[in-house]
Formats: sequence, structure tokens, C-alpha cells
Amino acid sequence: MQYRRVWTFVSIIAVAATLACNSRADVPPVSVVPESGASGGGGGGTTGTSSVSGMVTIEGPAPMAETIRMNSDPVCVTGATMTDTEYYIVGGDNGLGNVFVYVKEGISGNYPSPSETLILDQAGCRYEPHVFGIQVGQTVQIVNSDPTLHNIHATPAVNAEFNTGQPIQGMTLDRTFDQPEVMLPFKCDVHGWMNAYVGVLSHPFFDTTEAAGTFDISNLPAGDYVVEAWHEMLGTQTQTVTVADGEAAEVSFAFSVG
Amino acid sequence: MTGTLPWCSVPVIRFELLTGRFSMPWLHHYTRLLAAASLLLITAGGLVTSTGSGLSVPDWPNSYGYFMFSFPLSKMVGGIFYEHAHRLIASIVGLLTIGLAVWISRIDSRRWVRRLGWTALASVIMQGTLGGLTVIYFLPPSISISHAGLAQLFFALIVSLAIFTSKGWHSRYNQRPPLNDWILGRLALITPTLIYVQILVGATMRHTDAGLAIPDFPLVFGGLFPSVWTPGVSIHFAHRIGALLVAIVVCATAGHVLYHHAARRELCRPALLLSGLILLQIALGGWTILSEKHVTVNTAHVAVGALAWVTAVSLALRVHREWFVNNEQPQRRDTRVGAVPASSEAQA
Repeated sequence: MQYRRVWTFVSIIAVAATLACNSRADVPPVSVVPESGASGGGGGGTTGTSSVSGMVTIEGPAPMAETIRMNSDPVCVTGATMTDTEYYIVGGDNGLGNVFVYVKEGISGNYPSPSETLILDQAGCRYEPHVFGIQVGQTVQIVNSDPTLHNIHATPAVNAEFNTGQPIQGMTLDRTFDQPEVMLPFKCDVHGWMNAYVGVLSHPFFDTTEAAGTFDISNLPAGDYVVEAWHEMLGTQTQTVTVADGEAAEVSFAFSVG
Repeated sequence: MTGTLPWCSVPVIRFELLTGRFSMPWLHHYTRLLAAASLLLITAGGLVTSTGSGLSVPDWPNSYGYFMFSFPLSKMVGGIFYEHAHRLIASIVGLLTIGLAVWISRIDSRRWVRRLGWTALASVIMQGTLGGLTVIYFLPPSISISHAGLAQLFFALIVSLAIFTSKGWHSRYNQRPPLNDWILGRLALITPTLIYVQILVGATMRHTDAGLAIPDFPLVFGGLFPSVWTPGVSIHFAHRIGALLVAIVVCATAGHVLYHHAARRELCRPALLLSGLILLQIALGGWTILSEKHVTVNTAHVAVGALAWVTAVSLALRVHREWFVNNEQPQRRDTRVGAVPASSEAQA
């Protein structure tokens, strides 16, 4: 009777250990997208000579940036080059930075994934860039430039979630996403203030505004498009635009707080 | 071997540990220590969720590739501090539970108590596994809520074992006569049941991020009932209604004990303590909302909830002490080779 009990508990421990060893959080999600440079699924997407550019502004005074308390990690305290929140990056003429602007509707066909690898750096306990875009199947390389531990935790709604530790400075991790998703958040659970957003699209027609608030989406074929601007705090706005061959259309977005 | 522990008796204790002949009071103290460690573990778990650190250590059972106990203290920064500390405390509680199960099985003659000891060990293993799974699968609410619910059951089990090994339990609280109080008997069972359900609803609220689904307190969107119904609002509102029901039942139980059994200290003390804890718990619940889930307040809400739950369990066990009278004679188990089992001695 005693032996049976012992064996029962040993079996439970063995099952638990097996589960733990076989379930690794750092296994890359299964991707149906071919290696970099390959087609996103059949081709057919065309480029053109049109463009949509413009400016994103914020109406009224933007909320003041807050100072992030990084004292939960001494390395961040000493290594941080910027400790302000970057929810509202406002430049001249009320230009609003970190806004992801992209063609939401009107693009047909498939576009090949660029072979260019995009770097998402963890430096000074911040993500750089904070907001950016990539194409389906394009590789994003996540780098830990800090002499401290980070975990890179993607929390998508459509693509596969992952959470991987990067305990050593200089570690890199390559990832691709196989489904379009705007926006796909990244966060570091070690440092709760660290977050970034990536817009994953099946085409190359997107841009992220700098502090001046300007954007430029070029090489568009002629057509009717719905263009959307996304901001992490202020939500989204859409506009319809029509461009002819070689035409440069101007579109402006104005976000207001509250 | 009761009371204080003189240093000269250490060799004797070692001998008694090795031979399994170790007195019940020390087992009781050990179980109390384990209960305190379990409360600390639950509080640490509350800190993990309150700080959003549940996934700050992405691997399990290792921590960033390190063996659990060799993870450098210097690397316990940010959310890792809470998550890894939770894992360390859990490991200590697990080891203590192994000791408890073995110890009970060696010295306690009551079969059901020995079984409870092994059940506690199985629970803590299951609990550790759930904790690991919830990390690996990115905190799915179903596993996280199960983790929270089993933690409270384990805590109650350890507190119950502390009661079963106590002097008061063995003496039937100084040979007091049976209560024969039908109303208190029912109330004493309803109270912990209701509190446990309330804890599960609270855990659901916590792990579905519905803690601020209703942002004002004590009113609900400025009124008595929600003006909008979403899953988050429903869970949150259910938790508030649950708090009201728990408060009513606890008031009824405590009032009944104090009015009808004022002379029975073993009942009055937990009843009064439970009333105070529920009052504190409701205040902490409101404060959690008003402070927008301040980490300390939010965690204290978890810890006080656990204390209220085990206090209600303790009261229920004491009220129903007579249920256990005919089960076993509380004797020390003699593990010497050739020893006659206690039951056989009784029959002889």
C-alpha cells in the first residue's frame, strides 16, 4: 500500500517534469511564410508611381510626459538615456510622432517579403523603435543591448504569442509573423514600462511618423484607398484617398485628446 | 516533549525523528509554520499578479535557464523579483509539505489524518504543476484561476491539519459538551463555502482583468446596478454581490456564536476574528478600486481573503468537532518493529 502511494507521487512528479521539459516557451511559432525574400503567397502585387503623404497632428496640448521610475532594476537606472514616457511625441506645428499610418483597404495581390531584417533593440530599458511596421514573413531581429535581463513577450491577437528570455547582453532573437495584424504589442514583463508595437501587413505601404508628424507612403499603384492612422493612446482615424499614376496625394490626420 | 525546546534535547529530537517517535506538539508547531509559509506564498502569488509579473520569467521549472535555487540574487530585478521569489517560496512550501506528510504518516495513528497529509502533498505538487503550466501557456485564465483556487484549498488543508494536531482538538476543547445547535451547524458550513465561491469569483475577476470594470465604489457607475453589461462588468458585479452575501452570513454566524455560545472561547475567537477580517476585506476591496489597483492594497486584498477563508474553515471544524469523535483515537503512531497498531490495542 505504501509502495503504491510512493509510486503514484513519483509518477505525478515525472509527468510534471516531462511536461515542463517538453514545453519550451522559446520555441518559435510555426510560420507558413517562406524564408526571407520569398513571395508572400503567389505574387501579383504591383507597385506604382503614386504616393500618399501628409501630416498627423494633435489638437490642443498633449498630456505631459511622465517620468518612469526604473528603480526596480539598478541597471536601468544607470543605463537609461531617456526616462520619460513616449505616449505623446509632439514636434513642431503640433506634429504627432509614433503614429503608424498604412493603407488599410484598396491593395490587392500579394507582395514579397523583404529580405531586409528589421531590428527591435532593447537599449536603456526601452524598445527602439517604439512603433514600427513590417511585412508578413519579414524577419524582425530582437536584440538585448542592455547588461540586464529582458523577456520579450509578444501578445498578438491573430499571430502566435511568444515569450522568450534574453538574460545576456547581446542576445538576439529572429522572428517572423505569418498573418497581417495591426497592431501587435510587445512588452517586457520584467520592466513593466517597456512596450512597443509593430504593424504587420501583407504589403509595403505603411510608414511611422517621426516627431514632426509627417509620413510618406510611396510607390503606390493608382487607385482608391482607405488610409488609417493608429496611435497607441488616441486610437485610429481613417480617410479615403484616390491617387492617379504619378500623383502625390496629401492626407492629414488630426487627433484630439479626450 | 512539550513546551520549550532546551538545546540539550537536540540529540533526543534527532533520535526521535529518525525513529518516528516524535511528539504531537512539535508536529502541530511544524504544521503552523507550514500554514504561515502557505500564507506567505499566497501573498507572494498576489504580488505576482498585482505587479503583472507572471511572465517575467518565461521558462519553467528553470528560471532563465538557471536551476531554481542557483538563480543569482543580483538578477532578481523588476518583475523577476516577484515571480522568482514566488517560485522559491513555493519550493520551500513543497519541501515542508513533504516533511509534513512523512511526519504525519509516521506518528499519527488516525488514518484519515495521514491521508490528509498525503493529500496535501499531492495538492502542492498539482499546484506547482499548474503554476508551471500557466507560465508556459501565457497565463490562460482557466489555468490561472485553477492555480488560485487550489492554493486556497491547500492553505485550508494545512490549517485544518494544524487544528487536527492541536492540543485543543485532542482535548475536545476541554471536554466541552456537544453543541447540538442545528442553526450554527448550517451557518458554519455555509460561511466557508460562500467565501470560497467568492474567492473563485475574485480570482476570475483578477485573471480576466476585470478588477476595474466597474470603476467607482461603493456605487456602480453612479447607481446601484450596472448601466452596461459586459463579461468584465458581470464578473466584477458578481464579486460585489458575493461580498455582500458573505458579510451577511458572517454577521449572522458571528452574532449567533456570540449570543448563544458566548462561553465557548474556541468558537468566539474565530467568529470575532472572521468578522474583523471580512470588514477589513470589504474596505480593502473598495480601496483597491479607488486606488486603481495599487499593488500593496490589491495584494493585501488577496492575503486577507485567504485568512478569512481559513478562519471560516477553522470555525466550521470546531463547530463540527463531534463529527470526528468516533473516527479515531488521537494517539501517537508507534512505528517500532513489531508494534501493535493502536486500533488493535483498543480492541484488545
